[in-house]
Amino acid sequence: MPSGFTRAQVEAIAALAHLQLDEAEIDLFARQLGDILAAADEVQGVDTTGVPPTASVVTRHSADREDEVRPSLDRDEALANAPDPALDAGLFKVPRVIG
Amino acid sequence: MTATTIRDVRDAVRSRSRSATDVCRGALDRIAALDPTLHAFNTVVADRALARAEAIDREPDRWREAPLAGVPVALKDNLCTRGVRTTASSRILDSFVPPYSATVVDRLERAGAVVVGKTNCDEFAMGSSNENSAYGPVRNPWAPDRIPGGSSGGSAAAVAADITPLALGSDTGGSIRQPAALCGVVGLKPTYGRVSRYGLIAFGSSLDQIGPITRTAYDAALALSVIAGADPADATSAPEAVPDYTTFLSGLTGDVRNARIGVPRRLLEQGVDADVLRAIDEALDVLRSRGATLVDVDLPHAKYAISVYYLIATAEASSNLARYDGVRYGYRASARDLRDMYGKTRAHGFGPEVKRRIMLGTYVLSAGYYDAYYLKAQQVRTLILRDYDEAFREDIVAIAMPTSPTAAFPIGERVSDPLQMYLADVFTVSANLAGLPAISVPCGFTGGRLPIGLQLTGRRFDEATLLRLADAYERDTEWSKQLPPIAHR
Repeated sequence: MPSGFTRAQVEAIAALAHLQLDEAEIDLFARQLGDILAAADEVQGVDTTGVPPTASVVTRHSADREDEVRPSLDRDEALANAPDPALDAGLFKVPRVIG
Repeated sequence: MTATTIRDVRDAVRSRSRSATDVCRGALDRIAALDPTLHAFNTVVADRALARAEAIDREPDRWREAPLAGVPVALKDNLCTRGVRTTASSRILDSFVPPYSATVVDRLERAGAVVVGKTNCDEFAMGSSNENSAYGPVRNPWAPDRIPGGSSGGSAAAVAADITPLALGSDTGGSIRQPAALCGVVGLKPTYGRVSRYGLIAFGSSLDQIGPITRTAYDAALALSVIAGADPADATSAPEAVPDYTTFLSGLTGDVRNARIGVPRRLLEQGVDADVLRAIDEALDVLRSRGATLVDVDLPHAKYAISVYYLIATAEASSNLARYDGVRYGYRASARDLRDMYGKTRAHGFGPEVKRRIMLGTYVLSAGYYDAYYLKAQQVRTLILRDYDEAFREDIVAIAMPTSPTAAFPIGERVSDPLQMYLADVFTVSANLAGLPAISVPCGFTGGRLPIGLQLTGRRFDEATLLRLADAYERDTEWSKQLPPIAHR
């Protein structure tokens, strides 16, 4: 782990995140991610034995409701921002999946 | 020349001493005059604004009681507006026109507000200086060679330059309060859940909250009364009743006797500019002279807040920003196949800071590191939250500290050093991690005439106390009435 990321580690994270980085970015992030995580490593020194994690501060959930059909976005509106819509078929088109 | 307030505009429009159209034209004229320098707006919607203002003028009876009748408002460009381009200052959303409006936008418009434009911000609200915008930085109205703060820099600059008396921002780690402080205006981050996030382009979903940027505490109370409240479209919006926040102010005389305010002195020992410390001490003296009691408090885990924040916020961001894949909306790069399209679209569409945070967040969530970073950060988040609970148990109603450790820094000074940039958020991120309301109020200037902000953090759903304290403070000071030189144009 930190400090210091290898280029291979950076490339592996970038692949998970679907980000095609250029050579300069890989070098930059190898250095910067290492620096940031080295600083953030201070949390390792905190005693958290028996401390539950906080994922959300919401304590009163009021969101439960009946599962009813309601009006939703019109199909044409949903497709209006698509880079390559098939308006007649009501589809989002994408490049071929198998290379 | 004095600064325009929401209250003045609203009262003038309601009494018909000024038309909403005239007010709207005034705001649009100021954008035309000042924005070439400030660069606070990504999009100006002059025709839409004038049409709405004229509609208000045509039906005075309908709007006579409207809390924001004819009030021009600037919206941070990460708040969706039906039919109006919403970019989050990102190339990847450069042409995005939402088919729906954020709940806060609907509520503002139903209250009579007139949207004049969408404000520049850091890309996807990630930044503390506005330099991460794909459209270039906003300039601080007090010193155009300096940053306005971030990420809601355009919203803060628009209010500071007296373009609109109200702007909305979003605050994930200080993005309303820090630019408000650095531009010399009031910024309120409500309790998590107080304001619906529906239609806010998500960054860190357990931290994000929308709030007003205004000239005065009274105006912030007016705006919050309109935008707060439960919303079936946001499962995290809170069911607690919404008071009329202005009633806590209007009938009172600024009396804050019996208010116990905690001051975490040890937290302020390092890294705070001398001018900022002096201004905070003077502000606390003003509150003490009005009858408040100052009490030392300890927030032993607050020093870890920046680290915890940048582990949790980036993890949430990496997940939230996975949706930008070039399929359903936004930019798409041409590519040989689907995976290549994802990778290129995101590489070309996102700026450097967004990529950095996606990378960091992806790493801390990845197999083998989740427990060491993400889970650990969530546990320390619990300790930070407990520190505040402990402090508030002692009858303390607010905790005071600077909003930012420094005043506005020069554009370009920190862009190559992300860690240094993150330190700008040292006093603001805790309120987000703990879900607490916090307000920044102008409290003076540096020797170089740059604004300084006092931050007050309150108990959950007790925005009223923060507004009352801020309002009391404003009665004895002139800071909130001051306008930057550029606003006199």
